[in-house]
Amino acid sequence: MKVLVPVKRVIDSNVKARVKADQTGVDLANVKMSMNPFDEIAVEEAVRMKEGKEHHAAGTADEIVVVSIGVTQAQETIRTALAMGADRGLLIQSDADLEPLAIAKLLKAVVDEEKPDLVLLGKQSIDGDNNAVGQMLAALLDWPQATFAGKLVIEGGKAVVTREVDGGLQTVSASLPAVVSVDLRLNTPRYASLPNIMKAKKKEIAVKPVADYGVDTAARLKVLKVAEPPKRSAGVKVADAAELVSKLKSAGVL
Amino acid sequence: MAVLVIADHDGAHVRDTTNKTVTAALAISGDVDVLVLGQNAKAVADAAAKITGVRKVLLAESAGLGKMLAEAVEATVLPLAAGYDAVLTPANTDGKNFAPRLAAKLDVAPISDIVEVVSTDTFVRPIYAGNALETVQSSDAKKVITVRPTAFAAAAEGGSAPVETVAGADAGKVSFVSEEMVKSDRPELGAAKIIVSGGRALGSAEEFHAVMDPLADKLGAAVGASRAAVDAGYAPNDYQVGQTGKVVAPALYIAIGISGAIQHLAGMKDSKVIVAINKDADAPIFQVADYGWVADYKTAVPELMKALG
Repeated sequence: MKVLVPVKRVIDSNVKARVKADQTGVDLANVKMSMNPFDEIAVEEAVRMKEGKEHHAAGTADEIVVVSIGVTQAQETIRTALAMGADRGLLIQSDADLEPLAIAKLLKAVVDEEKPDLVLLGKQSIDGDNNAVGQMLAALLDWPQATFAGKLVIEGGKAVVTREVDGGLQTVSASLPAVVSVDLRLNTPRYASLPNIMKAKKKEIAVKPVADYGVDTAARLKVLKVAEPPKRSAGVKVADAAELVSKLKSAGVL
Repeated sequence: MAVLVIADHDGAHVRDTTNKTVTAALAISGDVDVLVLGQNAKAVADAAAKITGVRKVLLAESAGLGKMLAEAVEATVLPLAAGYDAVLTPANTDGKNFAPRLAAKLDVAPISDIVEVVSTDTFVRPIYAGNALETVQSSDAKKVITVRPTAFAAAAEGGSAPVETVAGADAGKVSFVSEEMVKSDRPELGAAKIIVSGGRALGSAEEFHAVMDPLADKLGAAVGASRAAVDAGYAPNDYQVGQTGKVVAPALYIAIGISGAIQHLAGMKDSKVIVAINKDADAPIFQVADYGWVADYKTAVPELMKALG
């Protein structure tokens, strides 16, 4: 089957975001950018479905298409996914910072064109922290959704997904086509090898402007301000347990 | 303006996340209704009716709603949404699962994990793992919002709202297979006043439980864990505190053998008092800790137990 994997170029997860002095946003100039960590997990799972690794039968996936929506440099993110084992890429080019609703509508247009059996994506991007695109795409397509996947098994035309929910795990069965969003513990993504990075340079990335899709991408939310969270005042070091307990008692928390 | 709060419950009781979401809802409008979705959930609806400030409670039941499957929630809430200007629900795994789906069906931008209501259309939410706070103004006529419960006080009990039954839809293309819930007698992480949290330094699952459980019992605390401890298999997934786990804000958070990575801090830095016990004096956790104790947990935790009496 065909798997579509949306990926996002975001600030690297090891970089601490700095708020701009004029409070219009986060300063991304000269900051290291990488593939969103959850999306790496989605790419890895799709590649395992193709390779027949873990509990996937060989050839469970026969084509993996990676799509990203964003600036020209997002091609590097797609290239990373191709080096991990995806087959071809699509960049929908936009300089605007699009909201999840617009992203979901663009992805729906891609799904209508590509007709995948499964859309596999990260549960949230670590910049906007919205955790929304997968659910919204499923709604627009009227497809079933299985979010926060900690395990994914494809059997009998269904995606059987063990979801990481508050309090434990929940397993659901969604008929294909479906949208599955992945959680951290689904797998450990591979590093692309040098030969695969070289091979990925020959794989195709189609680049299309947002305008080609005729989708209303107007922002619904106006960002009035982006501020630093309140700083915690500096703490003190204690020497032993007795001092710690007495401080906690005088702070009224014990 | 009228606001609909979709309740969070365990099948028998309303969780206090619901009371906290009602507080956020009351900051938007005085007309707040609570919707209880579930199966055999009449007792929950009766309990929700007691939350102060609630105008009425709607009860919808079906098998799919008993498991809070997003497709069943969507099909049940969509027809009701016409009567409301905003739909709010706690930002737990259920709310995060169904709220964006509902928003897309209504063609509105969802607003995730708000920590403050500025006005009827303006809200504050954390982005970049809590390293920035974004104030957004919605231009949508209808709003779909998930609420970070730890950011709001719980609405008190003492009301007596009427309960009405509405139609509950089922899930269609998704079916529930099974669930495996972690059993615990301790307070829930999200609601606990005190949390003791362990990291990778504890070295094994046996050691994790041998060190953390008695301390938690002594303090009446919930047990949390860093992602490193969960990934290493020392603690179950749902113990995880952080950007990708639970966001907590207890009165007292004791981090033991946790270095304090950005992702972990995102989940606990709004705690009232933070204590760090770590043998590495340079661990980043000490930068947010009110009380830091540079010590090996192996000696520190027994000493702490003794000092607690």
